[in-house]
Amino acid sequence: MSGYWTGILTILAINVIMAYAIFLPVATGQLNLGGAGFQALGAYTAAYFSANYGLTVWLTLPLSILVGGAVGIAIALPLLRTKGVYLVLATFALAEVIGGAILNTEALGGAMGLSVPDYVDYPVPMGAAVLVTLFCFYLMATRFGLAMRAAHDDEVVTDLLGVSVRGVRVAAFAIGAALAGLAGALYAHSYSFVESQSFNATLSIYVLLYVLLGGTQTALGPLFGAVFFTLLPEVLRSILPEFKSWIVLAFGAGGNVSPPDESWRFVILGLLTVLMMIFRPEGLITRTLVDRLCSPFTPRRRVLREVAV
Amino acid sequence: MSGSSDVLLSLSGVWKKFGGLTVTSDVSFDVPRGARMALIGPNGAGKTTIFNLISGFYEPTAGKIELEGRSILDYPSRKRIGLGIARSFQNIRLMPHLSVVENVMLGQQVHANSVLDMLKPLSLFGRSRWRAEAEALLEEMGLDTYPGEVVATLPYGVRKKIEVVRALAARPKLLLLDEPAAGLNGAETQSLTEFLKGISRSGVTLLVVEHDMGLVRELCDTAVVLNFGKKIYEGSTAHVQEDPLVLEAYLGPNHAKAAKSGASHVA
Repeated sequence: MSGYWTGILTILAINVIMAYAIFLPVATGQLNLGGAGFQALGAYTAAYFSANYGLTVWLTLPLSILVGGAVGIAIALPLLRTKGVYLVLATFALAEVIGGAILNTEALGGAMGLSVPDYVDYPVPMGAAVLVTLFCFYLMATRFGLAMRAAHDDEVVTDLLGVSVRGVRVAAFAIGAALAGLAGALYAHSYSFVESQSFNATLSIYVLLYVLLGGTQTALGPLFGAVFFTLLPEVLRSILPEFKSWIVLAFGAGGNVSPPDESWRFVILGLLTVLMMIFRPEGLITRTLVDRLCSPFTPRRRVLREVAV
Repeated sequence: MSGSSDVLLSLSGVWKKFGGLTVTSDVSFDVPRGARMALIGPNGAGKTTIFNLISGFYEPTAGKIELEGRSILDYPSRKRIGLGIARSFQNIRLMPHLSVVENVMLGQQVHANSVLDMLKPLSLFGRSRWRAEAEALLEEMGLDTYPGEVVATLPYGVRKKIEVVRALAARPKLLLLDEPAAGLNGAETQSLTEFLKGISRSGVTLLVVEHDMGLVRELCDTAVVLNFGKKIYEGSTAHVQEDPLVLEAYLGPNHAKAAKSGASHVA
């Protein structure tokens, strides 16, 4: 496989894991706009311990998961007292604080970044992404997953039914933070270098977009969102030049066509994002869509009418 | 079978004030075990407030609420379902994105709070015990046509019943029903009445807030009437519409006299 494709597979795997990291709190009704902060924690944990103590990747991965999860619990306990837009701002601020703290810590290389010795090739992140996906499907099929979705739909009733809404939310947030730590460690070892600027607000926003646009009702949503939005820019990269020459031809202009500006890819990406928010605010993959695809021949309408008597 | 052991739920001297606004004042009544009791009164009389006090959503300003002789006020709302108090809501509050059977499984939560129960899959490899139980309960209640259907797509009357089944999944001693017939047509109300009678026969005590007097008379034996947060009547449902205070509460003093002289008909 060419370096280009292995590079894409690596970033795809990391994005899928990050999407699940953010999906878990979002599925309980808590938006997390601090994904990059937790990814930075994992990345720097892995970088620091493999650079200074010579730990192999098989030790730094679990270590980063632990650090992400531990910080996740510590942060979730006070943070999840806030709600709605305040929680979004608080998680966003948290990521900025983590980024700022790393930038100003000499031991972590400050603005220079850290190089990471133990390189891993794309099969490791891909394998991890598959495991994380299976884990999240399993989790959503348990009673814990049921409680998560119930807390998302109606926290008052969920509480009255005997579920500790706060406990479920803290747990989901912390498991998500642990997954983000894993994604960070994989990033560090795949790119052999970390710098705090890589874990910026744009990353947090993108990952949240994967989840919201993919769909938050099922574990399929984040997978789809991450794959779609990671591959779309690459697809646009290859078809944009042709697209531009069609347009030029359509207007009857001849001669040489200048190569398209890179930024047009992001214009189209942004446009698609806005269109999806208008036409599919619940995300592309919804619960009803999955049901319909799983049993396309169930005569739902008729069943409904029979009962409506 | 004598004295206080027959009383399942007891309210004594319950007051609830929001700032300067008194919503219930000095309300006392007992709900005997196995009773089918109605809690009625004009809009704003404090019926739903009483439910919210019993289910722990509000804390009373003063007074006692006891279940089987034990005060429940120290238990947070989340723990009260474990004591045996389950409820339905005035506006259906099922989880719209969950399927029928998932909503019912949520009702079982109080019996499945251990970490192991939380982490066992409910329907990944075949049916779990919980899922089988939920489906059996739906079948028993005649609602097994669409266990996998997402609730939001179902007709209103069916959703009303599913909300009751979800509460039943907790195997409660006392079931609080807040306007179960609101928004239902005649046939649906009739079907719901039979449905609730069946639940009562299985040994669950019912306390029902309801405006539909037909349903109240058919389902309930006794009624407590509230007006402006005060109890104005407690007794049989057969005579509730002849009580002068009740007539006055619903119709006003002048009309109540006219109604008393003619054929009495309230609500």
